[in-house]
Amino acid sequence: MEDSSEIISNIERKRILELLSQGKRLDGRGLKDYREIKVERGFVEKAAGSALVSVGGTKVATGVKVEVGEPYPDRPEDGALVVNAELTPLASPTFEPGPPDEYSIELARVVDRGIRESKMIDLETLCLVPGKKVLVVFVDVYVLGQCGNLFDASELASVLALMDAKMVNYVVGKGGEVKAKDKRVPLPVINYPVSVTMARIGGDFAVDPSLNEETVADARITVTTDKDGNICAVQKGGVGVFSMDEIMEAVDIAVEKSQELRRDVLGV
Amino acid sequence: MSKIRKKLIGKGDVRVDGRKPGDLRPIKIEIGLLERADGSAYIEFGKNKILAAVYGPREVYPRHLSLYNRALIRCRYHMAPFSVEERKSPAPSRRETELSKVIRDALEPAIFCELYPRTVIDIFIEVLQADGGTRCASIAVASLALADAGIPMKDLVAACAAGKVDGLLVLDLDDVEDKEGEADLPVAYIPQMEAVTLLQMDGSLTRDEFEEALKLAVDGCKRIYALLKEALRGRYLAAGNVVGEDVKKINEGGS
Repeated sequence: MEDSSEIISNIERKRILELLSQGKRLDGRGLKDYREIKVERGFVEKAAGSALVSVGGTKVATGVKVEVGEPYPDRPEDGALVVNAELTPLASPTFEPGPPDEYSIELARVVDRGIRESKMIDLETLCLVPGKKVLVVFVDVYVLGQCGNLFDASELASVLALMDAKMVNYVVGKGGEVKAKDKRVPLPVINYPVSVTMARIGGDFAVDPSLNEETVADARITVTTDKDGNICAVQKGGVGVFSMDEIMEAVDIAVEKSQELRRDVLGV
Repeated sequence: MSKIRKKLIGKGDVRVDGRKPGDLRPIKIEIGLLERADGSAYIEFGKNKILAAVYGPREVYPRHLSLYNRALIRCRYHMAPFSVEERKSPAPSRRETELSKVIRDALEPAIFCELYPRTVIDIFIEVLQADGGTRCASIAVASLALADAGIPMKDLVAACAAGKVDGLLVLDLDDVEDKEGEADLPVAYIPQMEAVTLLQMDGSLTRDEFEEALKLAVDGCKRIYALLKEALRGRYLAAGNVVGEDVKKINEGGS
């Protein structure tokens, strides 16, 4: 993929392109097939919600924390959502420790957009004291294994973690003080965004690209849809280009595949 | 979202700033205004005021970033602290980092990078005033700065957003429409290649609305493209006149 320092041999590159032109892939999948997706929900008890998702060899853990904080100035009566992504150095020989680079920021912001724009969490209900105190939902995406398509693995892990999250029940007393009750309550989840990422290689779209496919791809497109099949976020990446017909082809593939993922992986 | 908000579309589909759904904001362009830069351009796109400068192809520092077979393209999109209502910290935000990346991805397909191995082309974009649609205006103005720097390109890159406001599909959203509207779909387009090089979207659109908005945005890009080309031609005509004057002077002096 773009900016990646991954290296691929010419013979493998050639083989991937050759196979794709026949509608086949190096790992035997069809062009629209995902790799095997495994999900472990709630594996970190200390988090309000958590999920570990693997898509083939790609592994992403997401932990959710909910804390009392201040609202954004332009949304004084809404709870806040903060999505952060870490590309941990154990995930790939090309990842280095240090502050987030532009790729991890792009990853976090695409996941954020899916959750925010589908209105997955009803943020209006997370207000405690208007303009002063609201609940802040922290979604921390931890990439543990990079074998391609971090976008979809991260989105799935984050959505699952949010679906399962149980937060402390905060109540506001008469004097405006915020008290924590013992009982835990679920987050107000009202939608289920799912992203579908495709690599454009030559003239073909490969759904859920593996690392070697990402390395030879000239462009990437991620389309996120909500539970009603509406499109809520799109992101093109890489220096390649798309025709308008290709964009609509990608949108149609995403709408179709997201229904499968929502049913089979999210179970909704 | 505020419970009571003012309507963004009035009678006869008129928008808050008086535009029709398919109207662009007024655009003003100036090219080659920075003396030290290899190429530069300035755009006023509605209330957006954006300056772009290009340096290069030049030596890469740090050197390990250089590519053996092509030029490295670097892009920095930055907003001035005074460019928005509330002061923005001058440190680059996550949004600016992402936009720097997608703007670079939008421009790079138009540049013949392979002509300049082991060099860097730096694109600096400063948003002096922002009013919605800065990434699109930045792409347009940066492509002019690249052309002004004399960098061989396949074409100029035009960019424009479409979106949905109060249930209506509209072209070129301003700040209020972007913040309060239902969807925003920024697109960059290279007319010669009929290629989309930037594609982002947030909000909510049905499949058919998405298709229509995409067409609207590309149509907007084509209209902006015509303005960019005209501005660039004007720049060369002006340069030609200056040279012409000099030649005249020399001839007159010699006779």
